[in-house]
Amino acid sequence: MPTTVYLLDDVMKSYDSRVVCHIGHLEIYKGEILGIMGPSGAGKSTLLRMLNFLEPTTSGTIRFNGLSVNGNGSVPMDVRRKVTTVFQEPMLLSTSVKGNVAYGLWLRGQKGGGCLLEQALERVGLDHLSKARAQTLSGGEKRRVALARAMVVAPEVLLLDEPSANLDPYNVSLIEDLVTSINREQGTTIILVTHNVFQARRLSQRVMLMLEGRMVEVGETERLFTQPQDPRTLSFIRGEMVY
Amino acid sequence: MAAIEILWQALVQALHSLFTGAPVVREIVSLSLRVSGLALLLTTAIGIPAGAWLGLHRFGESLVARLGRRLFIAFLYTGMGFPPVVVGLLVYLMLSRTGPVGWLGWLYSPQAIVIAQTIIAFPVVAGFTMAAVTGVNPELRQQLRSLGATNWQATITIIKEARFGVTVAVIAGFGSIISEVGAAMMVGGNITGHTRVLTTGIVELTRMGLFADAMALGIVLLSITLVINLMMQQLQGRALD
Repeated sequence: MPTTVYLLDDVMKSYDSRVVCHIGHLEIYKGEILGIMGPSGAGKSTLLRMLNFLEPTTSGTIRFNGLSVNGNGSVPMDVRRKVTTVFQEPMLLSTSVKGNVAYGLWLRGQKGGGCLLEQALERVGLDHLSKARAQTLSGGEKRRVALARAMVVAPEVLLLDEPSANLDPYNVSLIEDLVTSINREQGTTIILVTHNVFQARRLSQRVMLMLEGRMVEVGETERLFTQPQDPRTLSFIRGEMVY
Repeated sequence: MAAIEILWQALVQALHSLFTGAPVVREIVSLSLRVSGLALLLTTAIGIPAGAWLGLHRFGESLVARLGRRLFIAFLYTGMGFPPVVVGLLVYLMLSRTGPVGWLGWLYSPQAIVIAQTIIAFPVVAGFTMAAVTGVNPELRQQLRSLGATNWQATITIIKEARFGVTVAVIAGFGSIISEVGAAMMVGGNITGHTRVLTTGIVELTRMGLFADAMALGIVLLSITLVINLMMQQLQGRALD
């Protein structure tokens, strides 16, 4: 029986009475890669923000390792620091690559993380650019710095929001390999938001489809791709859905 | 005497005073640096956090809260153009024997000038800091929080990201302090060897017709400003290149 990291029950987020995300019931298991697919505006990023305690829910319950975490202000810092997001447009600090990767360690008061830093930079293939100014990097390199910055603090859960959107095939493959190895070697639970069905199929053990703020279907990757229960899922994975 | 001749004499006089270390000039320069330096330190310590708070904090989502914030900012901007003599008058009234803090006995003392200059520079430093941190992408805060930053750590990081603008705030604050004459004259009294600073010294020497000496102090004042601004630029880092 897998251990549940997140348990969501009737979770809803709305802005001015407009519901942007509604999840009936969802369990996310320790050590899995859960792919969340859906077109733009499906509520995927809002869900990630709630899972990272950055936004409170409007109603419903989110439990993280059994602890209720509905309000963003009430989550203890040691719990918050178990979850990190790599955003679609990562914002790097105006310092060196190394300075950016070291930021999370500085926040946690971890001095002397030189070895961790070097390992993280090496894993993302940027050790030769450690002294370069982060603002001078290309889009793909910036995403890799953001990934290293998240990786170095060894989170229990890593949330990835379109980690390879608009990148060239080389960087896409590099990032996908990294995601797989972080999950396999460190046992990190990964929640991957993507609108790329092929990427979701390649990387995830389970996949979920969201449409118009609602969860349509969730299941084992191969089962969902070969025997979808909902006609909208079939339509989405076949690329027939116009949105 | 022709103006150009006065300027030439002033330059010679200034260099002579600086290199020979004339006691009067040394005393005035030293007091100016101490008074304005302390005022700048106080203003920076209060103005940067206040400006950052105003830039990053919302009083609430209601109409009243939003209007309240705007009113607060309007007051701050008004303060940026507050005439120093009016500040001098207010500080004078506060420190005068019958004033609420007259018991301190600080009127006509360097402390009085420090208070007046701090009040003059505060809106400048806070206002420019507020503008600088507001210019940082608001998304950054959320990303920092996601990496595990506390509110305090995120604020410090945002101020660091806005360091170019924050340094401009400090430079502008310093400019308003070092060039100020009205308030220093009113609350300091321009007493020789006690409260005479560069600006009030220039006024006094001009009144006495000692134009070359007055210009010499002016050149010293400009040189100090230039050196301090160059030091501040170092803080702004490579963004200037």
